[in-house]
Amino acid sequence: MKAVTTIIVGAGQAGLAMSRALSNRGVDHLVLDRGSVGNAWRAQRWDSLHLLTPNWSNGLPGAPYRGGPEPDSFMPVSKLLIQLETYAWRFGVPLQSQTAVLRVSPSGAGYRVDTSQGPFHCETLVMASGACARPQVPALSVAASSAVFQTTPAGYKRPSDLPEGGVLVVGASASGAQLARELQLSGRQVTLATGWHTRLPRSYRGRDIEWWLDTIGLLDERFDEVDDIERARRTPSPQLIGAAEPVDLNALQAIGIDVVGRLSDVRDGQALFSGGLANACAAADLKMHRLLDAVDAWVAERGLDVDLPPPDRPAATRLPQSPALQRSLTDGGICSILWATGYRPDFSWLDVPVFDPRGRLRHQGGVVAAPGLYAMGLTFMRRRRSHQISGVGADARELADHLLGHLDSRRAA
Amino acid sequence: MQTQTKTADNGVNVETLLTAKAAITETPEAGQFTWRTRSEWTGGVESRTTIEGFFGLGEEQARKAPHTIDADHPEQFDASDKGATPAEIALAALAGCLTAGVAAVAQHRNIQLRSVKATVEGDMDVAGILGIDADVRNGFSAIRVTFDIDADATPEEIAALVAQSQKRSAVFDVITNPTNVRVTVA
Repeated sequence: MKAVTTIIVGAGQAGLAMSRALSNRGVDHLVLDRGSVGNAWRAQRWDSLHLLTPNWSNGLPGAPYRGGPEPDSFMPVSKLLIQLETYAWRFGVPLQSQTAVLRVSPSGAGYRVDTSQGPFHCETLVMASGACARPQVPALSVAASSAVFQTTPAGYKRPSDLPEGGVLVVGASASGAQLARELQLSGRQVTLATGWHTRLPRSYRGRDIEWWLDTIGLLDERFDEVDDIERARRTPSPQLIGAAEPVDLNALQAIGIDVVGRLSDVRDGQALFSGGLANACAAADLKMHRLLDAVDAWVAERGLDVDLPPPDRPAATRLPQSPALQRSLTDGGICSILWATGYRPDFSWLDVPVFDPRGRLRHQGGVVAAPGLYAMGLTFMRRRRSHQISGVGADARELADHLLGHLDSRRAA
Repeated sequence: MQTQTKTADNGVNVETLLTAKAAITETPEAGQFTWRTRSEWTGGVESRTTIEGFFGLGEEQARKAPHTIDADHPEQFDASDKGATPAEIALAALAGCLTAGVAAVAQHRNIQLRSVKATVEGDMDVAGILGIDADVRNGFSAIRVTFDIDADATPEEIAALVAQSQKRSAVFDVITNPTNVRVTVA
């Protein structure tokens, strides 16, 4: 069996950043990926996807953004893949691709890692397979199964993947809002089932929202500083697209999308929607204004009001007087359902008792509840930006230090 | 120097709620509740409902004393109006649930409430229940809740209280989402 000090599972931005942090600390390691660099970006995302963060914000540790020609543009995934491949090559990341991890189990003073290319042993393991490894589809999709074509953002590539006819997009977070727009613009009638969501303007007072979140320090807020980290981790991804256009509910309705409440059941061939849409929208508007209040307060404290355009608050979310409560899945109006109902990390291969009763990984800022086991790239893992490209550098440094401390204490004992 | 922070007291023990939340997070079975009512026809279109025990926290729970609710219909329906109409009781349940939520959330956010008033209106076309028009639903076509809240808080904070109370309300969920209901004869 091959032995290595540390195995990193996943060669996305999180795994590559961790590899560099370990190299800098002289820790011998191997990065395994079931595909190749950036596999989830390559295999599980749609063709038109551009990053939601502007180019200037997508630096990696040791490779910061260096005055490219389009700092404020949003790169397509194809460009990100080149960036990640270049990074892996430049820093000599020890990558073994086409190696799927099948099972990780405790073994001696470390872990046995069974893979499609044979077993490995390691003292420490970093799980960097992504916060969005597995699309989450509610159980009620079964009730809709016979009536319509169903897919998820992980399986969807382009509008022609769906049969002709109307589409029910379930979920109005980043993926749902973007794909609802793309499908409506492709000539299909889209119904968008909208539950709790996060509304953010693409830009505010002349700056991109990412610039504000970065500048006022919100993205660096730490997991041990917020009141309720579980709630913060559950916050839906914002209704944004990697382009200047808004994709909030007002903009989506303006292109003809039918916005309805959260999909609450499928019964007798009818999709039934919650009557609570107005509150979901009111709550999202309130939270957006609270954030923009924080931006305005930051500006005012520094006396920068004169240098910036005045506050340009988005209009309140407008809704029809009586949003539809049901739509037939059998009368030919809706021919497919796109479940944009969120993603979860996939730790199905982890055979170590580190899960809470609801099956979620128990960890403190990426330090998993088993010695020598770490996570990377999870939503709000150590700081609000943990799942972003800009978030992996600091997390990798801190966890690599912790990992080194663990190895030292192990070896001293 | 120590800053003095005012502590709101709305008579809600948030600590108990937070302790229960932590306990049920660790032991999800304890969170499985069954609420129960027993009703008996008392003549005409009247009934008396008695509400006593419930199941929760892993075992059968008792109250100090039972509660009763009388339901009837108004004189305009040739009934004796000894109690509220069941549809009105549903509106009252919504108001009761949202009001409790406002109080609990306010306590949690350290907002002192002085008064909380809710008016609930439910529109209904009785052509449905009278069987006049099969296209008209029996239930409410729309429900409007209006809160009048006096509190030590900004209008935005009050709006957020009301939004959060809907987000965490059992009865709001019952009314806005479908529920499978099975009625059998014992």
